[in-house]
Amino acid sequence: MKMNKFFIGGAFILAAVVYLIASSTQASAEYFMTVDELKAEGAPAVGKSLRLSGAVIGDTIQYDAETLNLTFEVAHVSGDNNEIEAQGGLAEVLYQAVNDPSRQHVSVLYEGPKPDLLRGEAQAIMTGKLGEDGIFHADELLLKCPTRYEQAVPEQAANGN
Amino acid sequence: MLAEFGYGVLVVSFIVAIYSGVTAVYGAQKKSAALVESARRAMLLTFPLISLSAAVLIYLLINNHFEVAFVYEVTSRSMPTYLKVTAWWGGQAGSLVFWSWLLAVFTSAVTLRKWDRDIEFLPWVIVVSAITLTFFLGMTVFFENPFARFWLVNGNVEPGMFAPIANATLFTPQDGQGLNPLLRHPGMVIHPPMLYLGFVSFVIPYAFAMAALITGRTDDRWIRITRRWALWAWLFLSFGLVLGGRWAYDVLGWGGYWGWDPVEIAAFMPWLTGTAFLHSVMIQEKRGLLKHWNMILVILTYALVIFGTFLTRSGVLSSVHAFANSPIGPFFMGYVTLTLVVSVALVIWRWPILRSETEMKSMLSREALFLLNNLLFMSILVVCFWGVIFPLVSELFTGQKVTVGPPFYERATAPLFSALLFLMAVAPLSAWGHSTVQTLGRAIWKSVIAALVVVVTLFFTYTQNIGALIGFFLVALALFTTLREFWRGARARQKAQDENFFTAISRLMGRNRRRYGGYIIHISMALMAIGILGIEIFQVETQGLLLQGEQLNIAEYTIQYRELASWDSQSEGVNHTRAVLDVYENGIFLGQLNPRIDYYFDSQQNMTTPGQRSTLRDDLYVLLVDWQPVSSAGATFKVFVNPLVNWLWLGSLLFLIGIIFAAWPDRDPAEETARRNVIRSNQQTSAAD
Repeated sequence: MKMNKFFIGGAFILAAVVYLIASSTQASAEYFMTVDELKAEGAPAVGKSLRLSGAVIGDTIQYDAETLNLTFEVAHVSGDNNEIEAQGGLAEVLYQAVNDPSRQHVSVLYEGPKPDLLRGEAQAIMTGKLGEDGIFHADELLLKCPTRYEQAVPEQAANGN
Repeated sequence: MLAEFGYGVLVVSFIVAIYSGVTAVYGAQKKSAALVESARRAMLLTFPLISLSAAVLIYLLINNHFEVAFVYEVTSRSMPTYLKVTAWWGGQAGSLVFWSWLLAVFTSAVTLRKWDRDIEFLPWVIVVSAITLTFFLGMTVFFENPFARFWLVNGNVEPGMFAPIANATLFTPQDGQGLNPLLRHPGMVIHPPMLYLGFVSFVIPYAFAMAALITGRTDDRWIRITRRWALWAWLFLSFGLVLGGRWAYDVLGWGGYWGWDPVEIAAFMPWLTGTAFLHSVMIQEKRGLLKHWNMILVILTYALVIFGTFLTRSGVLSSVHAFANSPIGPFFMGYVTLTLVVSVALVIWRWPILRSETEMKSMLSREALFLLNNLLFMSILVVCFWGVIFPLVSELFTGQKVTVGPPFYERATAPLFSALLFLMAVAPLSAWGHSTVQTLGRAIWKSVIAALVVVVTLFFTYTQNIGALIGFFLVALALFTTLREFWRGARARQKAQDENFFTAISRLMGRNRRRYGGYIIHISMALMAIGILGIEIFQVETQGLLLQGEQLNIAEYTIQYRELASWDSQSEGVNHTRAVLDVYENGIFLGQLNPRIDYYFDSQQNMTTPGQRSTLRDDLYVLLVDWQPVSSAGATFKVFVNPLVNWLWLGSLLFLIGIIFAAWPDRDPAEETARRNVIRSNQQTSAAD
C-alpha cells in the first residue's frame, strides 16, 4: 500500500514529462531539407519551419550595412554524412557544389550582423521559412568552413608541385 | 625521428595498458597479490609514458614541425608559443592523447592511495581504468595518430606514419593552417581541458562502482571513497560549461551564452546525471536507499561522458562545434554500447544484494524530495537526449529528417527547471524519514511571505511579465529559505557554544562543509537563474548605420559614434579595426566603448569583439558590424541590452566557490578523523563528513 502513492506520483510526473516533450516537439519541429528537396516540394514548403543546408556561393554574397540585410545563394549539397564522406569529405563536396553550374540554387535573406565565417564554399545551415517570393528567410545562420580545420593535404601540394 | 619516437612511446603505453588490465583480471582471479601489484605498477607506468609522448607532441607543435599533419592542422608560425602548446587539444588526434594523459594522471593518483581497507576493489578499479585507457590509446595508435606525417609519393602528398613506398621523402609545408581565430580566446584555451578534466574524472567513480558490483561489496564504501572525486569532476565539468558560455557571450557575437547546440548538450548531459548522482548518493549514505539507482546513475554518467567525447569530435550532428568528420565514430558508439550492456548486466546480476535497507514512507520526507529531484534531473536529461537524437529517430520512422531547435528545449525544460528551483527551496527544510505539510509549512511560511513581498514590489517597479514574476518568486523563495538555514544554524550554535555570530557561522560551515557548500551552490543557482531570466525575457536589441557624431538610443542608453581606426599589425598577422563610441545614460556621460573587428590574414577570417559595459543592472553590448574605409562615411552597429545577465556570471563564480568549499581536501586525514570521532562522541550531532 505504501509504495502505491509513490508509483502514482511517479506516473503523474512521467505523464507530465511525456506531455511536455511531445507538445514541445510538435511546436518547434523543423524539417531538415536540402536545396533539391526544397525545390522538389515547391509551394507546399512555403511557411513551414525548415532547416536548410547548402554550400555558400561566394560571388553572390551581398551585404547592405544600413539595413543589415544579408543575401546570398546556396547550392545543393547532400544531407547525408555517409554520402559526403564517400565523395571525399565535406570540403570537397562543398567545392564541387559551388563550381557545378547544374546544381540547384536557393536565394537566402538574413537580417543581422554578417557572420565572421560567411564566405564562399562554407556550409550554411539555416533555420527559417521559405517565402512566397521563393527566397529563404533565415532567422538563424550556422556556418561551417571545413577546409580550414581538417584539410589533410596542404594546399601547396594539392596544386600539383 | 622525434615523431617516430613519440608514436613508439604511444604504442608502448597502449601495450602496457593492455598488460595492466589483463594482469589485474588474472591476479584477482588467482587471488595473487603479486600479480595485482604488477598490474598496479603497469598502470602507474602509463603516466610517465604518455607524458613523454605528449612532451614530444608539444615539442613538435612549438617548433613548427609542419611535416607532422597534426601540427600543420592546428598551428601556424604566427601563433604565440602558449597557443601552440594549447593546440595540443585543438584537434582530434591531440585531444585523444590529452584525454588519455588525464586518465593516466587520475588512475595513477588513485592507485597510489591507501588501499588497506578496500584492497579487493583494487584489481577491478585497475581493470576498468585500463580498459578505458586502452580504448582511447587504441584510437590514437590505429586511427587518429597525432604523429602521422606528410610524404611525397610520385609528386603527390600522402599522410601516413611511415614512408608509404621505399624512397618516399618527407614533405614539409611552409606554414601551418593555424588555430581558428575564434578559438584564440583565453576562455576557449581552457574550456576544453576543463570539460575533459570533468569527463575523465567521472571515470574513477564509475571504476569503483564496477569494482563494488564485481566484488559484491555493495555497501556505500565505493560511494564514500569516490565522493570527492565526483565533486571535483563536477567542479571541472561545471567550470568547463560556464567557460564555454562566457566564451560564446564574448566571442560569437549573438548576445547569448547558450544555444542548445547538440555539442553543448553533449557536455550538459553528463553534468545532469552527475548532479543527480551527487544528490542521490546522500540518500544511500544516510538511509541505505536507492542503491540500484546510484549504480545506474554512475553508469549513465560514464556512458554519457564517452558519448560526449564522441559527439564533440565526430561531426555526426550538425553543429557549430563539430569541425571534424572522422572514422572513429562507429568505434565510440560500439564502445559505449558494449560498456553500457556489460555494466547493466552487472547491476542485474547483483540486483538482489543491492536491496534497500529501509523503506521510503513519507512523500514529503527529505529522501522522497531527493528522489523527486533526481526524477527532475532525469527528465531534463530525457528532454535533451530526445532533442539530440530526434533527427535520427524521425528519419528512421518517417524518412524525413526533422530537427528541434532551441525553442523546444526552452519550452520543455523551463517547467522542469522551475520545479527544481522550488524543490531547492523546500527540500532542505524537510526531515529525513518523515515530514508533513504542517512541519514544512511552519518552516517555510516566513520565506514565502518575504518572496511574495519581493514579487509584488517587482510587479509595481520592474515587470508585469507573468513568467518572469513566477521565476523571480521561485528564486526569492530559494534564496530566503537557504539563507535562513545559515541563520538558524548559526543562531543555534551561537547559543549552544556561546560564540559570537561570525565565529559561529564560520565554524558551522567549516564542520559541515558538504552541507553548507551545497547551500552555497543552491544560492549561486538562484543567482544564475536571475541572470537567465533577465537575458531570456528582457533582452532588447537594435541596430543601425551611424555617421560620425550620430547617435543611437536603446533602453536608457544613448551611444554616439565618434571615430574609427583601422591598422595592420604585421607581427600578429592581423588587421585591427576599432570604433570609439561614447555612452550616455539619460544625458550623463558614462564612458567609452571600443567594439572591434580583427581580421586574421592566415585564416582569412574576421573575429568580432564586442564593446561591453557591465553592471549588475544590465550589460550594454555593442558589436561593430561593418564600416566604410573612410570613417566619416559611417559604420554599422548592433546593440544589445542584456538586463541582469551579470548575475549569471556572478552566480557562476559563487557556484565554483561552493563546490571547492565542499570538495576541498581536509588538512590531515588521520588527524581530522580523530577530531571528528571526538566530536561525534561528545555531541550527538550528525556532524561533518
